[in-house]
Amino acid sequence: MERRRETATASTLVLDVPGWPGHQPGQHLDVRLTADDGYQAARSYSLAAPADGDRVEITVQRVPDGEVSSYLADATQSDDAVEVRGPVGGWFVWNPQGDSRPVLLVAGGSGVVPLMAMIRSRDGARPAPPFRLIYSVRSPDDRIYDQELRRRATEDGDLDVTFIYTRTAPGGEARPVGRISADDLSMYGFPVVEEPIVYVCGPTGFVERVSDLLIDLGHDPAKIKTERFGPSGP
Amino acid sequence: MSERTEFAFYDGNSLAGPLSEVFAVELTTAVGRCRSCGKSSEVATFRVYGPEPGFVGHCPHCEDVLLRLVRTPDALWLDFSGVSALRISMPADSTGS
Repeated sequence: MERRRETATASTLVLDVPGWPGHQPGQHLDVRLTADDGYQAARSYSLAAPADGDRVEITVQRVPDGEVSSYLADATQSDDAVEVRGPVGGWFVWNPQGDSRPVLLVAGGSGVVPLMAMIRSRDGARPAPPFRLIYSVRSPDDRIYDQELRRRATEDGDLDVTFIYTRTAPGGEARPVGRISADDLSMYGFPVVEEPIVYVCGPTGFVERVSDLLIDLGHDPAKIKTERFGPSGP
Repeated sequence: MSERTEFAFYDGNSLAGPLSEVFAVELTTAVGRCRSCGKSSEVATFRVYGPEPGFVGHCPHCEDVLLRLVRTPDALWLDFSGVSALRISMPADSTGS
């Protein structure tokens, strides 16, 4: 197991899973830990990258008192083994081969992880549809995959990346800090007439808010797919 | 649920792993009809609380309980009594005839 630090509290783990069958971007991996006394805790993590043989990546946001995330983020050595199951899930997925419609991705905090797997899967899509990512974070220090997202947006004319800062913005940022708004989704997303497929992932409150805003803007609820992972966040 | 601290999910997407232990098909893409309000929704869109002591899935339309899922060391308990029907997409050539 390799570990790569993404932010002060998030790390990417590269796992070697013999016999991994491959997966679609958006699918999960379940991790189960068993303590010496037999106590078990299982959690679901989004796969962060397309499959590379037996190598799979997850990005874990460490949270206070999180018994699984703390273990994964801090305690693992390269030779540690964890029990995994996957890939699982089939609804919150993007099919790189099957769809050429524009794709709008809206992430709150570590909700960017499955959306990053979709962005990283663009390389294999022919033709690759236009992608736009709107990524809401508290502050610049909370941006996961920051450098890679910037590089990809620079190199790939069909990928736009916009950061929304809710608490602290970097110097020179024109947009005032604040929660994501209908204007943000209009300005940095796709017009309704282009009928984008929309993936929204983040804390529950964020996902509810963004879904409501998108529907108010006129987007088809049937084309909005959501994934929620908790009550708090940016 | 304010102490909910893990990077755990809060909708039916999080049921994919536990359900895959016992079902051969991917069940979160199935569409369940709520026994209470009669509306249909994908299992992935159920509002889910959990994972400990178990998962409880609510209807995204009327909030009634659709399913409960509890994993113990030697059993999986699955209560689907809030769902009156489940539509599972199958390949067109899999009728077995």
